[in-house]
Amino acid sequence: MAEKILMKGNEALAEGAVRAGCRFFAGYPITPQNEVPEYMSWRMPEVGGSFIQAESEVAAINMLYGASATGIRTMTSSSSPGISLKQEGISYCAGADLPIFFANVVRGGPGLGNIAAGQGDYFQSTRGGGHGDYYTIVMAPNCVEEMGNFPRRCYELAEKYRLPAMILADAILGQMMEPVEFDFEPVDPKTLKAPDWALGIAAGRERRIVRSYDLREGKLELLNLERMERYRKIQEKETLHENRQTDDAKLVVAAYGTSSRIAAGAVKMARDKGMKVGLFRPITLWPFPAKALAAIAEHVKNFLVVEMSMGQFVEDVRLAVCGTARVDLYARPAGVPSADEVFTEIEKVYQGIR
Amino acid sequence: MKLINKKPASLVDKPMRYCPGCGHGIVHRLIAEIMDELDIRERTVGVAPVGCAVFADEYFNCDMIQGPHGRGPAIATGIKRSKPECIVFSYQGDGDLASIGMAETVHSAARSENITIIFINNAIYGMTGGQMAPTTLLGQTSTTCPAGRSVAVNGYPIKVCEMLAQLQGARYLERTAVSTAPGVIKTKKAIKKAFQNQIDCVGFSMVEVLSMCPTNWGMTPVQGARFVDEKMTPVYPLGVFRSPEK
Repeated sequence: MAEKILMKGNEALAEGAVRAGCRFFAGYPITPQNEVPEYMSWRMPEVGGSFIQAESEVAAINMLYGASATGIRTMTSSSSPGISLKQEGISYCAGADLPIFFANVVRGGPGLGNIAAGQGDYFQSTRGGGHGDYYTIVMAPNCVEEMGNFPRRCYELAEKYRLPAMILADAILGQMMEPVEFDFEPVDPKTLKAPDWALGIAAGRERRIVRSYDLREGKLELLNLERMERYRKIQEKETLHENRQTDDAKLVVAAYGTSSRIAAGAVKMARDKGMKVGLFRPITLWPFPAKALAAIAEHVKNFLVVEMSMGQFVEDVRLAVCGTARVDLYARPAGVPSADEVFTEIEKVYQGIR
Repeated sequence: MKLINKKPASLVDKPMRYCPGCGHGIVHRLIAEIMDELDIRERTVGVAPVGCAVFADEYFNCDMIQGPHGRGPAIATGIKRSKPECIVFSYQGDGDLASIGMAETVHSAARSENITIIFINNAIYGMTGGQMAPTTLLGQTSTTCPAGRSVAVNGYPIKVCEMLAQLQGARYLERTAVSTAPGVIKTKKAIKKAFQNQIDCVGFSMVEVLSMCPTNWGMTPVQGARFVDEKMTPVYPLGVFRSPEK
């Protein structure tokens, strides 16, 4: 068994990326993710990788664009306003099919917002985020251990399907400390196969070009259609979710990330009181586990969405159940609900169920 | 028969789409000749900008990457730090390098990234159709300063070499012009030094090349070359601004 280490979420995220083979990190300070670049500043040189404190988030994402074009595993991290700044570069990475990995340790927004936890970047994360037609793999951990273990899966999916992958966390997940057990052996990047598109030493082969444009009549659409097919495969094969006590439930609470932990506490309180309540937690937000949710909606006709935003995640829940169930929303835009509060909401909805 | 001249192996054998009298083709050829002479083609990665030279990724016969407007030095940094054995150059225009990408220019110089930047200054936005550049001369007309660049509205042109010369990390800075045959020869010498510096791990090297854009200046190619010599060089004097020997 691997050892258990007490770690802060941001440090687990950084260490998880290093163990997954990351050898290039560029970032810019912003609260509440500062422990990530701080950790990488000494950890990268220790494993023979590169760390750069960039002059801006814009420069950082473009350093990744260059570094990942050489075929190595790269990472940047930021928090909401900084992720907005990176979006142009992320769009270029999507357009050039580069498998970058990044994390958004979300804070309250819009604008400068605050530095506490929020879930207001759901739309930005799950709908591409920058300009143009593309998606990003989005994984939503709800504990420090998952912060450490998800980067590996992000790299693998990003490389398999050639698109950016991200972890959507928040200030609570980034700042709290919990025991972590890494569920994989550290990856030695030397054992990874060099991709056949990577730039670098061209001796004995044709030159390679990494770019996100094609100005020739009709060609861009062909590129996008090919990408669309990859996205379809991802949606078909790569969703992850967690169901808790949904089989006999009359009401299922749907929540992701920090909200899902709070909701789990409230669901337990409801069960203790004899109410048949379950929990649905998507682990991948894109691809969204719509089929899994639709399967629950075949026998559960009441859902309560809990999110720390105005009603973003609820749209995907409503799309998935497609009018076959009632979906209520408890929204705390840049607020963190207590389990008691969520339990009160559960009671209200549950009492209305005939 | 003895072959005395040929197309460089570092240039792809295809027609370039630059306008008559434009300087890009000249500078592309110089870079390609230098890659051949230094025998670095197979380990060179070039960064193409946004602007007319976006197509540079089609013309250079080495690995190429095209990225967001102004971010060439950041992209080059990412490549060079990941693959130090590669020779990395960023090819940029004046809007790209001195306007939208100024932060990346200044900070890559401050870090003395061991990269080579080729900066084409033609005092105008070419690809978008002749708008004012950060290097447009006072009084010079453009589609966004039709009455001529005025200090009151537009402020002053930026002298990039002079500005970067204040930075310790900028190891080699030279300004040349490709408006005359001797100027082309001097430009080649400067660009070759900027590449040799990288091979020798000297640090940040940039050559600013004053170049012609007759199309957007509303001139013939001959008038364009004269404009560089008569109007641009008084504002942007040619010479070495920093060198590792100094």
